[in-house]
Amino acid sequence: MHILDFEKPIAELEGKIEELRHLGDGGDVNIADEVGRLQVKVDKLLRATYAKLTPWQKTQVARHPERPHSLDTIKALIEEFTPLAGDRCFGEDRAIVGGLGRFRGRSVMVIGNEKGSDTESRVTHNFGMAKPEGYRKARRLMEMADHFGIPVVTLIDTAGAYPGVDAEARGQAEAIARSIEAGLNLRVPFVAVVIGEGGSGGAIALAAANAVLMLEHAIYSVISPEGCASILWRTGDAAKDAAEALKLTAQDLQRLGIIDVVVPEPLGGAHRNLDLAMRNLGDALEAALKGLEGLDGGVLRARRREKFLEMGRQGLA
Amino acid sequence: MNWLTNYVRPKLQALVAPKEVPDNLWHKCPSCGHMIFHRDLDKALRVCQHCGHHMRLPVKRRLEMLFDDGAYTRIELPKAVEDPLKFRDQKRYTDRLKETRARTGEHDAIIVAHGKMGGMGVVVAAFNFDFQGGSMGMAVGEGLVAAAELAVLQDAPLIAIPASGGARMQEGILSLMQMARTTVAVDRVKEKRLPYIVLLSDPTTGGVSASFAMLGDVAIAEPGAVIGFAGARVIESTIREKLPDGFQKAEYLLDKGMIDMVVHRRELRATLVRVISLLRNRAPAGELLVLPREMNPEDAARSV
Ligand SMILES: [Zn+2]
Repeated sequence: MHILDFEKPIAELEGKIEELRHLGDGGDVNIADEVGRLQVKVDKLLRATYAKLTPWQKTQVARHPERPHSLDTIKALIEEFTPLAGDRCFGEDRAIVGGLGRFRGRSVMVIGNEKGSDTESRVTHNFGMAKPEGYRKARRLMEMADHFGIPVVTLIDTAGAYPGVDAEARGQAEAIARSIEAGLNLRVPFVAVVIGEGGSGGAIALAAANAVLMLEHAIYSVISPEGCASILWRTGDAAKDAAEALKLTAQDLQRLGIIDVVVPEPLGGAHRNLDLAMRNLGDALEAALKGLEGLDGGVLRARRREKFLEMGRQGLA
Repeated sequence: MNWLTNYVRPKLQALVAPKEVPDNLWHKCPSCGHMIFHRDLDKALRVCQHCGHHMRLPVKRRLEMLFDDGAYTRIELPKAVEDPLKFRDQKRYTDRLKETRARTGEHDAIIVAHGKMGGMGVVVAAFNFDFQGGSMGMAVGEGLVAAAELAVLQDAPLIAIPASGGARMQEGILSLMQMARTTVAVDRVKEKRLPYIVLLSDPTTGGVSASFAMLGDVAIAEPGAVIGFAGARVIESTIREKLPDGFQKAEYLLDKGMIDMVVHRRELRATLVRVISLLRNRAPAGELLVLPREMNPEDAARSV
């Protein structure tokens, strides 16, 4: 497992447990005792560490390479997933995956940023950084869902939109703007979940939703802490300070009224217990959808638009 | 109108930067290097008479240039929450705001005004680049929302004139949310079938370009204006790509099909007037299809 800096003391203990297990082969009572004792210690340390993660530490957890990404989430929660490809205009952008599927009985249109989980798939998915064709595909799928009255679920996990010459040439700004607009205009339930990193315009492109959920250790921000630090502090070394100042944690964002639900993660982060993480997310997603299903399309659209208009107007004092 | 610019501005300049006045008599064109006398430059709307380079135009000068006889009425904008994140980098955000307000005499980076253009009522939401780079936070978002509401109320077209580097970083996630808020705002104008025109001025980048600024019914840009999502430096440094000539300039966007036209500053007013009057033109009365009062226009369209 990839070990984050602040997890090193935990990893050391876990290493010891592993060694002891190899030594003992299960038969030795003393070793079993010691393993049990160490395991309690590990749990305690994990609990203490994860209970007070700093915003910068959360940034590391949100970007953890073994954290469940969109395709992992789809695999765990969506049955009969049927990927749909292409923007019908230029190409297929694998930085955004999407398609139809069944979530706990109902049809849904799922759209998510996919970062990839090993070197090869990271390249395939362009590290989760979408180009205009990705946002145009997202928009196409949202409009298709709208046409068939199918709820839209988006999974947000991106450092941001791809900053490249080709992306600019094909209208990155316009593609993002139209994707935001398409989401705001849907007449079907629209739930967005920030599962990892919600990076800037590339994230809001898929997140102008009726309900925005966020995993406990995910982050969501107008700019990365590193980018913010280099601009406002004039040094990337201040990323830790920028992470604090940006209020990018799920807890802060819920207080600010930007997101609606914080989905609890297993002890030590979603990457430590994928099954439990997905069960929690599934339950929260189902609850959010149930709260919207049955509402008139016009009401869903009006409420969504009203919600964003009201955002930041009160309750921030 | 001009008593304000003639009287207040020199006085303010005398207070703020007395030494700058003699230096400001001559301006060097950043493009061709020619020295231009300040009065000539102002008369030419800050376009270099030697090479045609469009320098940034102060927002009030732009409004003066666009409205009939330079006459317009500003509306008071709703107060937005101040410093929602209690943001502090090397300086407090509230202190930065105070300084910028003192220097510019403006409350934030947007001005909303209404008046006549070619005799037609219009609402304009114009960014003030001199105010923290025209960056978009809550106050700017509220400005656009108010402008859209006013346009609907007055049954008038909305002209948005961005001049912005993008998000107001010190407002963090709330500046990001303006991308959604301003999209809702301009969509309300479009739903009423009122023209929504965007006049892209230098620069229009980041979250501003990726929201309301790219949603115009008609998109007009000034020559040479930088328009794009990612900053050129970000692209060069993170992706290590060589940037093509004229990258992210208005002409480049025109060539890529992202905007409708690039218009010389001298022609902007006439172009806006023409576009709006064409968009709002109705068929001669006799040819209009008369709908029964209860009939929904959508149903009528289907039945034709
Ligand atoms: Zn020149």
